[in-house]
Amino acid sequence: MNKKTNKSVNITNKKMSVIRFAGDSGDGIQLVGTQFANATAIAGNELSTLPDYPAEIRAPQGSLGGVSGFQVAFGNESVMSPGSRADFLVVMNPAALKVNIKYLDRGSVVVANSSNFTPDNLKKAGYDSNPLEDGSLSNYRVLSVDANYLVEETLKDTGLTKSEILKTKNFFMLGVLYWIFDLPIEVTAKWIDEKFKKNPKIADANKKVLYAGYNYAENTEMFDARFNIEKGNLSKGKYHNVTGNEASCYALIAASKKLGRKVFYGSYPITPATEILHTFSKLKSKDIVVFQAEDEIAAICASIGAAYSGCLSSTGTSGPGLSLKTEALGLAVISELPLVVVDVQRSGPSTGIPTKTEQSDLFISAFGRHGDSPLVVLAARSPADCFYTVYEASRLAVKYMTPVIVLTSAYIAQGSEPFKIPSNSELKNFEIEKLPSADLFKPYMRNPETFVRPWAYPPMKGYEHRIGGLEKTNIAGNVSHEPENHQIMTDYRIGKIKKVQSDIPPTEIYGNKDADMVVVGWGSTYGAMMSAVQLANSKGIDTAFINMKYLNPLPADLGDKLNKYKKIVVIEENKGQMAFVLKGNYLVDIVSRTKVTGQPFTTEEILNIIEEEFRNR
Amino acid sequence: MTKLTPNDFSSNLPIKWCPGCGDYAILNSVKKSMAELGIDHEKYVVVSGIGCSSRFPYYVNTYGYHTIHGRAIPVATGIKLSNPDLMVFVVTGDGDCLSIGGNHFIHGIRRNIGLKVLMFNNRIYALTKGQASPTTLPGAKTKTTPYGSTDYPFNPMLFAVGMRAPFVARSIDTDINGTSSIITEAAKNEGFAFVEILQKCVVFTDKEFDVFKNPETKDDMIVRIEDKKPMIFGKNRNKAIVVENNTPKIVEFDPSIVPSNLTIYDSSDVNLAYIISSLMPPEFPLPLGIFLRFAKTSYENLFYNSVKDVATPSSVEEILKESTYEIK
Repeated sequence: MNKKTNKSVNITNKKMSVIRFAGDSGDGIQLVGTQFANATAIAGNELSTLPDYPAEIRAPQGSLGGVSGFQVAFGNESVMSPGSRADFLVVMNPAALKVNIKYLDRGSVVVANSSNFTPDNLKKAGYDSNPLEDGSLSNYRVLSVDANYLVEETLKDTGLTKSEILKTKNFFMLGVLYWIFDLPIEVTAKWIDEKFKKNPKIADANKKVLYAGYNYAENTEMFDARFNIEKGNLSKGKYHNVTGNEASCYALIAASKKLGRKVFYGSYPITPATEILHTFSKLKSKDIVVFQAEDEIAAICASIGAAYSGCLSSTGTSGPGLSLKTEALGLAVISELPLVVVDVQRSGPSTGIPTKTEQSDLFISAFGRHGDSPLVVLAARSPADCFYTVYEASRLAVKYMTPVIVLTSAYIAQGSEPFKIPSNSELKNFEIEKLPSADLFKPYMRNPETFVRPWAYPPMKGYEHRIGGLEKTNIAGNVSHEPENHQIMTDYRIGKIKKVQSDIPPTEIYGNKDADMVVVGWGSTYGAMMSAVQLANSKGIDTAFINMKYLNPLPADLGDKLNKYKKIVVIEENKGQMAFVLKGNYLVDIVSRTKVTGQPFTTEEILNIIEEEFRNR
Repeated sequence: MTKLTPNDFSSNLPIKWCPGCGDYAILNSVKKSMAELGIDHEKYVVVSGIGCSSRFPYYVNTYGYHTIHGRAIPVATGIKLSNPDLMVFVVTGDGDCLSIGGNHFIHGIRRNIGLKVLMFNNRIYALTKGQASPTTLPGAKTKTTPYGSTDYPFNPMLFAVGMRAPFVARSIDTDINGTSSIITEAAKNEGFAFVEILQKCVVFTDKEFDVFKNPETKDDMIVRIEDKKPMIFGKNRNKAIVVENNTPKIVEFDPSIVPSNLTIYDSSDVNLAYIISSLMPPEFPLPLGIFLRFAKTSYENLFYNSVKDVATPSSVEEILKESTYEIK
């Protein structure tokens, strides 16, 4: 599909490539990164993205702390994570170069906006001389683009102010990249029209600059190489490049359609979960009720109220918010109402590092409430898998009349990948406990098999009933402090969650099933671990691999499957929470390997762990 | 449909309040209003937080949810917003509503969600056996204030009026007819309604409101606020509150010749409501009645109106129809 070029260029074929965009947090890095990712998606690539940005909206210009990054890996089916090393680094200023040079290997390409390599900016980044000129980047191929000058030339007759003109420079760099990788530029042009439709002058300027960047690369001798990246092995169908946060929202809407009820999403803004609220807000309707609450507690409480009145109800949050929601989660547990809670994990404790990823909310999710307060905990493994996991959470919540927490993480919630859009008929059906006739109804009557109580809600005539946080009598549902009754109800609540095991598919073992060693991860480490396990096995380092989705209850077959291995290595982005859970449940020896840097595990790091543990087996 | 009576709303469960508690009378007032409103049982939802008052939902045979401390308003908000056809009452107390639930009280009024909030004010944490609450008066001795309370109390009426809740009223537990008629009016007014009901705690604040009930003192200690009427009070009906230049004062007169220039109450006048809300014994009699009532579109109606022309997508494919690409 290479577009005609009028000059002779070297074309390099590659299975995949990793591009890292970096600049000031006001440079529109996340925006061009996302556009680039969408273009690779439309070109038919597999892809995986990693936004890496500071918490400040506009950190001091040119400072090291203000550097915002966005990494895209794209190529064939071997792309399972955003990668840890970049082939291409696009930098908008010296600070971006300084912070990101460590991601490059010898021979990688630096595309730099040289206009911003001013003495002042160089000083802020701690450079004594200009690295674009002093030879210090001789291990890399450096392409210097005087983007500020070039956009000023491009837009000089448009009547825009200098500051308006300079804001377009990120699109110039994007245009250059589109030429290098021969990606479909029209998609971004269309997106610009939509984004700036209220300001056609700005839209035209950005588009002009985008094409100018492309043409600049085409017409400048410095650009003498193009890259042809292999396409993914994606099955036929309609796709969308989805982030985990978007996918979580779409799953709840799809679930409400399947269930035939309104969906209610109550939430309070919190990084990195806010995009679920944004996505929902754009889709508000009489059947998609979105409530921005005054605080985290009100958000979950309103959602519990909506569940009581018959909605498919949900809330989303991140660590500090989950802490605030714990008391209300207990209310949902004792009320036995369906509720989906999406927790986008970030680095903790307390405010921690709000924009950075971690997997450290397992304990609070599974155990973080007073009393014996069981609920279902699931984990999503990738951006697109957030859809299927949140959909599954909705199904289990309704079927078992229980709150379900879905653990995603900043990494997959804000990263993206191709998502094949399912039709409604491809999605699992919902099962609801049969409601008896009104004269036979009691709020805490239970299905003898599943222990599930029926879901009656106002204004169903004849089903008026009272529930609440006080312990209730079995069946009748009146307030009760009777000792035996509390035992019965506690046993039922725990027993009911245990019954979810019958709904859990058999534990899948990847890699070399017959190896002596198994590496176990959960949720969002899936991509990096899968790539590492494939690499390890290809080198003769025999390793089996389990990625856990069902964290509470644990799958019924998990203990037996783990016990088959001589060595069990649990790898997670916390200080050993899952290792603790598995030791406690199965009394097995476990090697716990962890990382809490706010960055997701990379394939290389996992591979190193596998090699070390294999050597020491 | 046959006309419902207050008894039709009894759940017939044993009531766990102390004998002599003011809550019994309020329960009767609410059941009377429920019958008068002519709304079917299944359309009522009574939501409560934690405290003595919050046992309330168990004693009416409608839908009910006894939630957690301070959170009745947000739970009820979810119920009302997801189904605006329901008549949702919130039963709460001074500690539940003003202390632990204070933030939700603020934002419930700010949004104007259509909840009918009945706040039973006994000026004490009674269920936990007698600690000072946000409405405990200065100097009052409680288990946590053995030398007398040094906290400034919360005036919820002043707050609700200041936040422009479209219905703000105060009544007293023993006045079943007065309380019931206020609750009925609260239910009929669109949006958030706040009704403070002074309620004696027979154990900890037994004498708290006696001056407002004792036939010897009550007429001088209470002024009943009624629309289009002067604010006359006193055993001999010889006193009135008048407001001049935004300043309230008491005037006395010969009851056989009521002055024609007395201030006439108008519940749609926010400034007047604000002034009346600030009146407290001993300088002034305690005002009871509907302080503020005006038309204000509710949160739920604003929400559903804002999306009335928005179609709900039938599938994920439809949501994403503008941003999909095809692999062939």
